[in-house]
Amino acid sequence: MTLSRARKRKIVDGMALVFAGAATLFGLVWLFWILWTTLQQGIGALSPTLFTQMTPPPGSQGGLLNAFYGSAVMILLAVAIGAPIGLAAGTYLAEHGRYTRLGTVVGFLNDVLLSAPSIVIGLFVYEMVVVSMGHFSGFAGALALAMILLPVIVRTSDEALRLVPDQMREAAFALGIPRWKVTLQILYKAALSAILTGILLGVARIAGETAPLLFTALSNQFWTSSLNEPLANLPVVIFQYAMSPYDEWHELAWAGALMLTLFVLGLNIAVRLIVRRGKR
Amino acid sequence: MTAYIPIEMTRGRSVGADRAFSLFTTGAAWFVLLLLGATALSMAWGGRLAFQTFGLEFITSSEWDAVQGKFGALVPIYGTLVTSAIALLIAFPISIGIALFLTEIAPRWSRGPIGIAVELLAAIPSIIYGMWGLFVFAPFMGAHVEPWLTDHLGAWPILGTLFDGPPIGIGMLTAGIVLGIMIIPFIAAVARDVFAEVPAPLKEAAVALGSTRWEVLTKVTLPYTRSAIIGAIFLGLGRALGETMAVTFVLGNAHDLSLSLLMPSNSIAAAIANEFTEADSQLYRSSLIALAFLLFVVTFIVLSLAKLLLLRLKRVHGRTL
Repeated sequence: MTLSRARKRKIVDGMALVFAGAATLFGLVWLFWILWTTLQQGIGALSPTLFTQMTPPPGSQGGLLNAFYGSAVMILLAVAIGAPIGLAAGTYLAEHGRYTRLGTVVGFLNDVLLSAPSIVIGLFVYEMVVVSMGHFSGFAGALALAMILLPVIVRTSDEALRLVPDQMREAAFALGIPRWKVTLQILYKAALSAILTGILLGVARIAGETAPLLFTALSNQFWTSSLNEPLANLPVVIFQYAMSPYDEWHELAWAGALMLTLFVLGLNIAVRLIVRRGKR
Repeated sequence: MTAYIPIEMTRGRSVGADRAFSLFTTGAAWFVLLLLGATALSMAWGGRLAFQTFGLEFITSSEWDAVQGKFGALVPIYGTLVTSAIALLIAFPISIGIALFLTEIAPRWSRGPIGIAVELLAAIPSIIYGMWGLFVFAPFMGAHVEPWLTDHLGAWPILGTLFDGPPIGIGMLTAGIVLGIMIIPFIAAVARDVFAEVPAPLKEAAVALGSTRWEVLTKVTLPYTRSAIIGAIFLGLGRALGETMAVTFVLGNAHDLSLSLLMPSNSIAAAIANEFTEADSQLYRSSLIALAFLLFVVTFIVLSLAKLLLLRLKRVHGRTL
């Protein structure tokens, strides 16, 4: 039996549509599989001691307090370093350098930096900071995270400022307000929620970064509040514990993985909700 | 264009403050460039000992022996390329399917949530992919998928050698699949956005001539968006090449060259992550940094190409993607 041409085309079309639906399902299956695994393994391992005790030696119970603390400190320090520089560079791209060659080149290379392998950035900070200081430190870890955060902030603040209508700039200039004041007091205010959104997305990005911390902050089994020493942090602790042969460590790694996933996905979803509400 | 009056035209007391602020933002922009350049230079400088010692053999030799001080990086380079290729083979058709589904098929109310769910795949930290890969997915592959592959494809000529090996779950195939899942959201997001940019009259004209939706996709949408789609593939490739943690967990850190995709292997990023803190000699460390240099240069080229291709559609059609 030979199929008519029209029938054949219809069948091909039907198959393509089924494939498209199946592809979407395929993509979503992984998301739910990974989330399900993390929830299932993580919830069983949750306990109050997670937040009150330090990371244990092999074979004994403990918590992740020092890792939570170290991660929080490094993320905050990375934001404190990366956000102002990123915002300034983003301001250049959107305002002072919008039609300049430097602006075009920086905008282009910033996007490349955005996807650059984070392990190379870790090695770079190792070469620059760890080697010259002579030892691993939380400070070096924060610098590595700041370097990963930077292109995110540049990109989002550039886009945020470009969304501010030109009429607003013109109106401000017409009133005789100097340019730096226009930028600081009018444009930043108008773009504030978009800039903050970018910072939150950046935090979500660096919270789970492991590779750049391996050779910078390293990790630390004990509590330290000094940024001049190796600093425990959640991703590296998860990595070390998951790769270890000890069951207690596996459990802690899963508990940490659950907290990390909830934090990162929670931030992402929150940001999207804020953006959507802003659009209405 | 009145908004972009040159700095010299602003008068009064604020000229100094204006100039200072402008210098500050320009300096920050230069700083971004400086960081990128310094990274490349510092990797080249750190790796010079390895390049000087081994020359071209650094990338053609597969002998990686820390005890004898011989470092040939063929195995990690090969592993990086093979796993990235597998990842693209999986991610490309799936991403196009997702983009087609989200722009043409899915009911309008469901497009937002499904789109966000796909984007969340990109938000999951790679270490979570790694743990899931090691404890859940690799055993699953070893128990169900790999024995089947060996049984059904292992005896084929040529293709068979790819699937002939012990079903241990850890290896290049598993790593490639995990990488594929990780880059789906990047390719799918770009594809969805550019599909939505195709002017409706073009598609309507094709439909009016009697095209099916599949024909609209292959004969109108894909040709129209070709450069951006290739750009998206390069973007995914750039991500896959440099991905570290997920691969480190499921690749097995082996330094033997093998054709079988079921065998453990190594990748550039995984080798650095696994071995750098243990590297005890100058030459060993230098070799790993030289690897990082190669990785940085290659991803830089791939990502630049991606960006150029994505810009092309924007320039032709004058829209922001």
